[in-house]
Amino acid sequence: MSIIIPVAVVSGLGLVFGLGLSYASKVFEVKVDERIGAVREMLPGANCGACGYSGCDGLAEAIVNEGVHASRCPVGGISVVNAISDYMGVDEGSIDVNVARVLCQGNCDNVKMKYNYLGIEDCHAANVLAGGMDACNYGCLGLGSCKKVCQFDAIVVENGLASIIAEKCTGCGNCVAECPKSIIKLIPVLSGFTVKCNNHDKGGVARKNCKVGCIGCQRCVKVCPSDAITMVENLAVIDPQKCTNCGQCAEVCPQKCITNTIVKRF
Amino acid sequence: MKELFAILIGAMLVENFVLTKFLGICPFLGVSKKTSTALGMSGAVVFVLVLSQAVTWLANEYLLVPNKLEYLQTITFILVIAALVQFVETVLKKLMPSLYKSLGVYLPLITTNCAVLGSALIFVERDYTFVESVVFGFAAGLGFTLALILFSGVRERLETADIPEAFKGMPITLIAASLVSITFIGFAGLIIS
Repeated sequence: MSIIIPVAVVSGLGLVFGLGLSYASKVFEVKVDERIGAVREMLPGANCGACGYSGCDGLAEAIVNEGVHASRCPVGGISVVNAISDYMGVDEGSIDVNVARVLCQGNCDNVKMKYNYLGIEDCHAANVLAGGMDACNYGCLGLGSCKKVCQFDAIVVENGLASIIAEKCTGCGNCVAECPKSIIKLIPVLSGFTVKCNNHDKGGVARKNCKVGCIGCQRCVKVCPSDAITMVENLAVIDPQKCTNCGQCAEVCPQKCITNTIVKRF
Repeated sequence: MKELFAILIGAMLVENFVLTKFLGICPFLGVSKKTSTALGMSGAVVFVLVLSQAVTWLANEYLLVPNKLEYLQTITFILVIAALVQFVETVLKKLMPSLYKSLGVYLPLITTNCAVLGSALIFVERDYTFVESVVFGFAAGLGFTLALILFSGVRERLETADIPEAFKGMPITLIAASLVSITFIGFAGLIIS
């Protein structure tokens, strides 16, 4: 007999609380936008706060109410971003996450040298000496001024050419501001194809100075089905908003200066 | 009145839950990084402590003691606290959305804050009356607030301090916590009668 009373008391309490809570949730029901719940389900649920909100609930609410893009979540990966973008009817292509890219492929093998630079290891210093040692006056000097300002170790300098490890790049723009040649640009993550050249010289001059420079032949402009490529002073420029990543421009480019750098950021 | 004041000061300073009883260390270390979050958490703790003290006292007095079921205190109190927190959350969401929002994720976290269960078990041990146990809960909450705010101030200073490599992060936090705790042991000589 003595066991029945404690069992009854505890399970009775549990029953009363359970009923009370379910009743309370009916009485005090708050109408919540059902999309918030659905988006919340798609998020990873780690509640890590890396997005800057109090947790996945906070981000879900911001996505639905304030139109924050799902790519704010750095944990979920591209599949989560796509799923939420589909659900919200947001084009995942209009993602406003940028990574920096070095628009130059002029390493020591590709570009001719004007003179042998033996000064201090700094692009600004080299730049004031007749625009640097590279024959191409628009290209990367490869002395690593951008690398010094990068707080995320996302830049490596190899063979006289800086390149950016897109997985580490946060798009902070420090290197963009630092580069004396202004060849680093912030480009949307999902825009894969970029003209990796910044040379505005005429075709003949460009070809003489660099093996991989844009010579302004306009073959990419003609082949592009979505009119995303325009010529700006002898240089092809791809508009990331119009580019569909079809890749035809990269195939026809005789200088191979259009490259595919689709970033596996997530 | 005098007894209540003694309980208030006692629970707040002399036997500060976090720093001398070492209850509720998890939120103490977890949310003391910034003073603003520390305030949010403390607010939720005070709120739940006062309510849970009242309800657990009633449950103990009118359910457990008459049936000689004191040995079920721990499980019953946890049940009561969990249900209460859930209930409070539901009600707040409806009636006071702004308060609900400012407490945020801290409210459900308190279910597992051992300071809440600890204070419930302590009032049983000390045979407090209803009013006394509620005041005790309130004071314990204030003590928790005090400890959290003091420590978050220390941690904000640590952020910019020049700390040896080996001590960066949790080690220096724990050392700082123990130092703050030692200062509170100084209150042990305070006798209110």
